[in-house]
Amino acid sequence: MKRLVTVVLALACGLGAVWAATDPIAERRALMKHDGEAAKKLFDMSKGSIPFDLAAVKESLATLNDGATKSPALFPDNSKTGGGTAALPAIWQNKADFDARFAQFAKDVQAAQAGIVDEATFKKFAPTVFQNCGGCHQLYKAKSG
Amino acid sequence: MKRLVLVLALMLALSAVAGGALAWVLSAPKPRFSAAEWAALGLKGDAAAGRLVFYPGGCESCHQSPGQDDPLRLGGGLELKTPFGSFYPQNISSDPVDGIGGWADVDIANALLSGVGRDGQHLYPAFPYPSYQRMTPGDVADLIAFLRTLPGVHGRAPPDNVMFPFSFRRAVGLWKFLFFDNAGLRPDPSQSEQWNRGRYLVEGPGHCGECHSPRGFLGETDSSRALAGAAMPDGHGKSGSLRSGDFLSWTDADIVEALTSGFTPAGDVLGGGMTAVVRNLAELPEPDRLAIAVYLKSLPPLGPSATAKP
Repeated sequence: MKRLVTVVLALACGLGAVWAATDPIAERRALMKHDGEAAKKLFDMSKGSIPFDLAAVKESLATLNDGATKSPALFPDNSKTGGGTAALPAIWQNKADFDARFAQFAKDVQAAQAGIVDEATFKKFAPTVFQNCGGCHQLYKAKSG
Repeated sequence: MKRLVLVLALMLALSAVAGGALAWVLSAPKPRFSAAEWAALGLKGDAAAGRLVFYPGGCESCHQSPGQDDPLRLGGGLELKTPFGSFYPQNISSDPVDGIGGWADVDIANALLSGVGRDGQHLYPAFPYPSYQRMTPGDVADLIAFLRTLPGVHGRAPPDNVMFPFSFRRAVGLWKFLFFDNAGLRPDPSQSEQWNRGRYLVEGPGHCGECHSPRGFLGETDSSRALAGAAMPDGHGKSGSLRSGDFLSWTDADIVEALTSGFTPAGDVLGGGMTAVVRNLAELPEPDRLAIAVYLKSLPPLGPSATAKP
């Protein structure tokens, strides 16, 4: 009996993992949420409302890099609606531009990762990272909730 | 019997004629100023001051020539899809033929304040004159002076493609009779100067309610739920509520930040139409953004609309 329960539980867990992996809307929303939290930390630091912390900067940039590199694959044709998505149809009408913007975002984040060694270099690189957010949200994101 | 039918038919015909005549009278375009009345105000527009009316007014969000990035090239032609059809904002550049370079100041003032075009015809309220009519004549004169400094752009926008009955412009007159509050905006002396400035920017040039207030069956804004968030006119997504939900926890500083950089307290960056709004409001002096925050925070909270999409 114990074994049966274990097997069922293991199967359920496996199914859950598969389900998460095949739910691009949930996955990209989670990534974007983490991106937001990371960007907020960087932004507050750049404004001086929280103190500069190099380790936290590196960690936040790693989060952004993760989001920028993983996200383009999470907008397949069958993920245009549902799941509370704020994605606009314009994404699929301009997929090349959309992907190029993520590529540029990743490039800017990686340049920041390589170039930021202290507060002065942080102030130099941070704006180029932030400027990616608004351009994409303007064209491709609609508030849904 | 025959006579009764005749009398009834006559009465019907008469009431139809009377109704038609009444509708015709009620739907007449009513520009706020005659040329003499406008001239009597003695306003000498100040272009530098007008720049600070232009940006909160967000003229370029609709009138900027599509396919280029200069917000000061106002050739028009962007398609605005709405439930009432497609509107194509006009060329409002200073071009004397295709733009408004040949319009007198009073013509432009009447367009902004009364929704009446140069030829005396009604303008569709996709042009947000229901909000702009709250602007002071002084601000309007300054704005006109600023618009006249902008480059002329050749070419005209396509004609609007509007569904019946609004395909007849005169029908807009009846819409105005029902819904157009042509009262301007009087300062509330019981409130601070800062609050009044904020309300003026939000309700007047900023025309926030055109997207953030829900609309009724005929596209009129629902004043009882003003600024409580609404489905976007183009059918994609919705505008945020400024009277419920997360927004209620935003501080004045949070609002000022969001209107300056686009960053929200949750780390989101405002998108859609707000991207241009943020870019525009960032042109204002900070006390103006703070005034907007103070006014928005003073609005009575509301629950989400029962008809709003989840």
